[in-house]
Amino acid sequence: MIKLVALIPLFPLIGFIINGFFGKKISKGLSGTIASLSILASFVVSVLVFMELQHSAQKENVVNVFSWFNSGTLKIPFEFLVDPLSTVFLLIITGIGFLIHVYSVGYMHDDEGFSRFFTYLNLFVFFMLLLVLGNNYLITFVGWEGVGLCSYLLIGFWFKNTAYNDAAKKAFIMNRIGDLGFLLGIILIFVTYGTISYTEVFSNASNAGSSTITAIALLLFIGAMGKSAQLPLYTWLPDAMAGPTPVSALIHAATMVTAGIFMVVRSNVFYSMSAVASETVAVVGVITALFAATIGVFQTDIKKILAYSTVSQLGLMFLALGVGAYSSAVFHVTTHAFFKALLFLGAGSVIHAMGGEQDIRKMGGLKGKIKITYVTMLIGTIAISGIFPFSGFFSKDEILAHTYEHSPLLWMLGMFASMLTAFYMFRLLFLTFFGKFRGTHEQEHHLHESPASMTVPLIVLAILSVAGGLLGLPEFWHMPNWMHHNLESVIKRPVYSTLSHETEWTLMALAFTGALAVIYFTYLMFMKYRVQPAEKEEQLRPWQRLIYNKYYVDELYDAVIRRPIDGISRFFYKFVDTQFIDGIVNGVGATVRVIGTSVRYLQNGNIGFYLMSMVLGVVFIVLLTFLIK
Amino acid sequence: MINGISINMYLLLSTVIFIIGAIGVMARRNTIILFMCIELMLNAVNLLLVAFSTLHNDSSGQVFVFFIMAVAAAEVAVGLAILTMIYRNIKSIDTDLLGNLKN
Repeated sequence: MIKLVALIPLFPLIGFIINGFFGKKISKGLSGTIASLSILASFVVSVLVFMELQHSAQKENVVNVFSWFNSGTLKIPFEFLVDPLSTVFLLIITGIGFLIHVYSVGYMHDDEGFSRFFTYLNLFVFFMLLLVLGNNYLITFVGWEGVGLCSYLLIGFWFKNTAYNDAAKKAFIMNRIGDLGFLLGIILIFVTYGTISYTEVFSNASNAGSSTITAIALLLFIGAMGKSAQLPLYTWLPDAMAGPTPVSALIHAATMVTAGIFMVVRSNVFYSMSAVASETVAVVGVITALFAATIGVFQTDIKKILAYSTVSQLGLMFLALGVGAYSSAVFHVTTHAFFKALLFLGAGSVIHAMGGEQDIRKMGGLKGKIKITYVTMLIGTIAISGIFPFSGFFSKDEILAHTYEHSPLLWMLGMFASMLTAFYMFRLLFLTFFGKFRGTHEQEHHLHESPASMTVPLIVLAILSVAGGLLGLPEFWHMPNWMHHNLESVIKRPVYSTLSHETEWTLMALAFTGALAVIYFTYLMFMKYRVQPAEKEEQLRPWQRLIYNKYYVDELYDAVIRRPIDGISRFFYKFVDTQFIDGIVNGVGATVRVIGTSVRYLQNGNIGFYLMSMVLGVVFIVLLTFLIK
Repeated sequence: MINGISINMYLLLSTVIFIIGAIGVMARRNTIILFMCIELMLNAVNLLLVAFSTLHNDSSGQVFVFFIMAVAAAEVAVGLAILTMIYRNIKSIDTDLLGNLKN
């Protein structure tokens, strides 16, 4: 079955083609079914490939699809690499992708662009699968760019709204800035090693100078910063919430944004060899985690809270990568995919029930009205806050333990970010589901639970969020850590933990009790004392207003980057284009006209003049002949 | 030396007649005078050709003169026909008045 791995991206591609060409002509039900079934088929094949890999001793399987670039010394075949890392990501992408497709059938039911939505979703899954399956940086880059494109198409799905289109452009442009770094990194790899194939590059990785390796690692990380929304290229993610909620769940929580982490784990040999790059990754990660968490505390739009939460959790994953805990990062990617997709889909369910309202200040007391959504979101919130025995507890604890071993300072910052996470997530839960309903009368009448196509994926994801911890039970409990063992062959230079069991227990207890304390504090604040978020911005104190306005980062970028570029554009338009280049073009025309006007006088109809010119011409030619002699 | 006169004299005479003809063509407005000056130029060339043919005892020069005379006659016929047509149109033979193609 490993040989048939090419089927996995093929099914979504077929779904894309069918829905793309015939989507308008077939019924909505058929369109949704074709799209969902194609992903289900990919999922089934992924499971089979995964099982076969688990039982095989050969962990690195290269499957050739076709010979792509073959000219002289440049040989880049279109190959897939089936190994523990890619199979894990395959399961996440196709599994959660399938659940979200089913959810979208219900969520997008009334939308006239129904088939277009599924066309784009299938295309996205296709590119994402290419990204994780490729055996060389170029295929990964094709997938990388492709998911960026689909992200643009899906964020701006409701294209009649200009603000949504702007958000889509912002996402794409910021991605491209990161992609420049990524591309430079790939070129540097090619120049250094003569190949960009994973298997070949990683086995020869040490044949390069340390500064080259650091440069490669940092350039690749710039790409990851753009794709996975780290500081300073993160502002596109909250704005990307303009897209439909299933898009936010799939692309901006579970899959596309994890592409950066995938790429760093894939290239882990470079980061292991360069302390500078690893440190940079860790520091950027933890600062992003903290920064985004603080912003999330003051947000009032349910999707924006989750968006900043995603940025923050991605920061934690990069922190893990930076301290060398690669399998912990992949573990957190997996558990995060479960509970973040769950939270986003649940938020979509809430928005659906509220008839489109997204402001949590207008919600409240929903737990009696939309029970399944409430229970599943409660599970998701507990999972993300890191409460035992839910999945988030295990993955976060692993990350924090490895961080503590590397640097207690980073550990403290990571702990603080985690506690803020618990705070704003439970704030969201309490304000949305508890207390009195604060919306309008019509909204109250409209409240209803979502259809089965939406609630069943919620339930499945909730079960996964609870049970996901089993994938990586801590070693000092003398339990098997499946994720760690699975990825052993992928991590080229593993770093083993030297923490004593007492330290690990202490860290775990601190994290757990810290989370519980924060939850109790949040309960007091929002349930007992009924603190409400401010209705208007003026009611906030200055420091609160600073954070509520996202530290004015967008405004900063506008002033420092956009305005100068606009100014340069305007200068080039006014002077270089209009005056200089148009001047040259118009000048050619004017020159022709001037010459014409002066030469015109030769044709004056005066016969005497003609005769004289003839005579003079002959004289001139005769003279010339004599002179040339 | 032809008949005791050096060839330079013939050359000079021919050139002078040619130049008079050329200046006449450039400077005269009367069409008939214009045609006469053209004939002058042709005849100057004829003179030169005959002189050199006698000098080198080569009769091909004189044969060429016959050709030129025949062509000149034909050309005069055509030229005068054009003159007549012009007169019928503008009732004058002043070449300065033929400016309809101007600008």
